Amino acid sequence: MAATRTTKKPAKKKKTSATRARSKPPARVPLVDYLVLGANGAYLRANECKSCGARFFDRRNACAACGGREFKKARVKSRGELVGFSIVHRAAPGIAVPFVSGIVDCGGTTVRANVIDVEADPEHVKLGMKLALATYVSGSDDDGTECVAFGYAPA
Amino acid sequence: MSTDSVWILGTNMTPFGRYPDRDAVDLAAAAALGALDDGRVTIHDMDILGCGTLFQASAGMGQQLQKQIGQTGIPVYNVSNACATGATALRTVIMAIKAGEAEMGLAVGVEQMGKMGLLAGAEKKPSKHVFAPEGRYGAVQSVDGLLGTATMPGVFGQAGMQYAHDNDGVGFEQFAKVAYKNHKHSTLNPLAQYRKEFPLADVMGSPMMSYPNTLLMCCPTGDGAAAAVVVSGERLQSMPKRVQKRAVKVSASVLTSDPYVESGQVQPDVNTLTRRAATEAYEAAGVGPEDLDLVELHDCFATAELLHYDNLQLCEEGGAGDFIDSGAPFRDGSTPVNVSGGLISKGHPIGATGIANVYEVATHLRGEAGDRQIKRAKVGLTHVIGLGSSCGVHILEKAAV
Ligand SMILES: [Zn+2]
Repeated sequence: MAATRTTKKPAKKKKTSATRARSKPPARVPLVDYLVLGANGAYLRANECKSCGARFFDRRNACAACGGREFKKARVKSRGELVGFSIVHRAAPGIAVPFVSGIVDCGGTTVRANVIDVEADPEHVKLGMKLALATYVSGSDDDGTECVAFGYAPA
Repeated sequence: MSTDSVWILGTNMTPFGRYPDRDAVDLAAAAALGALDDGRVTIHDMDILGCGTLFQASAGMGQQLQKQIGQTGIPVYNVSNACATGATALRTVIMAIKAGEAEMGLAVGVEQMGKMGLLAGAEKKPSKHVFAPEGRYGAVQSVDGLLGTATMPGVFGQAGMQYAHDNDGVGFEQFAKVAYKNHKHSTLNPLAQYRKEFPLADVMGSPMMSYPNTLLMCCPTGDGAAAAVVVSGERLQSMPKRVQKRAVKVSASVLTSDPYVESGQVQPDVNTLTRRAATEAYEAAGVGPEDLDLVELHDCFATAELLHYDNLQLCEEGGAGDFIDSGAPFRDGSTPVNVSGGLISKGHPIGATGIANVYEVATHLRGEAGDRQIKRAKVGLTHVIGLGSSCGVHILEKAAV
């Protein structure tokens, strides 16, 4: 998977070019490699078994469903339905709580991510609610490169 | 009794709790010696030792135990299999006896967890100076809390809500009733880590960990050990009648792992492997869910117990909400579940759990459970599941002697 990575290696900049550098939009990297930051919008991309169609977000040596060894890239539908969730109030240090961890059925491919742009309480988070993929900047490194994370927001 | 049958001859568990002044080897030795004494045999009668612990999986716990109770040179199988570790140790010994390689063996499960939190393993990585992809998903930041949760209360919270999504009549209150029941049951069990009853409103109102699991709906961490002596039917036949009378038949011993399901890569599926293990166990034992006088199942979180009513086929498919609402799994109901207090209140020293539940069921089948005895209990089932996943189911029956 490393070979498919397109992240630019941040180049060292001379002080004199700082002003010009600031005027450019910062470099962006996806939080995980199955999030594709396309020019026409972000989407998730899975490794799909050519034999049975099972999808995996990480690399597989052989398909866990059928044993097939050939995979192709497949674009996951960006709209989905919330089929399970937990509202997390206790987490490891440094993680903002509460947050909504959601299990989202995106047209037959199940994704786990935070449900965002919704109050984190059971009155607002409803099973069966329609959601759509959304991205946001979750942090930046010392070179100013921004990390783009994804979540699902009410559609 | 048939010569190819397998029996529990003796069993014991330490009270579950916190033992800051003893180590895991002490706890394992206490349970092991207790089980040998209970079966009126000694370590010199054992042909095999199966020893389970999760957090000290590489410590050679079985051999350390032998140095406390007898170094007889028998083969030791140290096993580690998530929350099914104890059940795996037991099943290792059962398989050896079934294979004819042993006549009698000792299975021990132990864990010393201290006060470690349930959130361990979810530690945030130190923030990178410069983003660089790491791991199988090429993550540049820790994804815990950004792409949902992988902590246990959350994962089981999600599993519960998936069940609620698919089935009517299931919600926060049904999950909370499970914990209400198990805390109530534990008041009768002197071996339980906690023995306090809480009103349903207090269960629902206790601090929220991961909705719908509140603090009182989560099992505690703790220390403890449990052990069982297993014997072949052939060897048991040669033993005194009074020993035979207290022996408990292992009618089924099943271990499964999680088969592929589409959603399994993002949310562990605790259902399919449990349903499969139960189906195989019922078939092997020739009994059905309706024959069970008691069940000890893996209630690591209240949400989990509700799912397993369905997975173990104790209720109609999709009917777990009605099942708890009807009172069926309470100790005076039609299918008492977790009369020990369950993991939620008896405690869950991980490696010990899968043998402690065998201790519990065997004690009822022998009619020796004291205040918490389920009257005329003849058949019982034990169940554990560890994420990853591994599921152990055993069906036990009272001796017909
Ligand atoms: Zn396949």
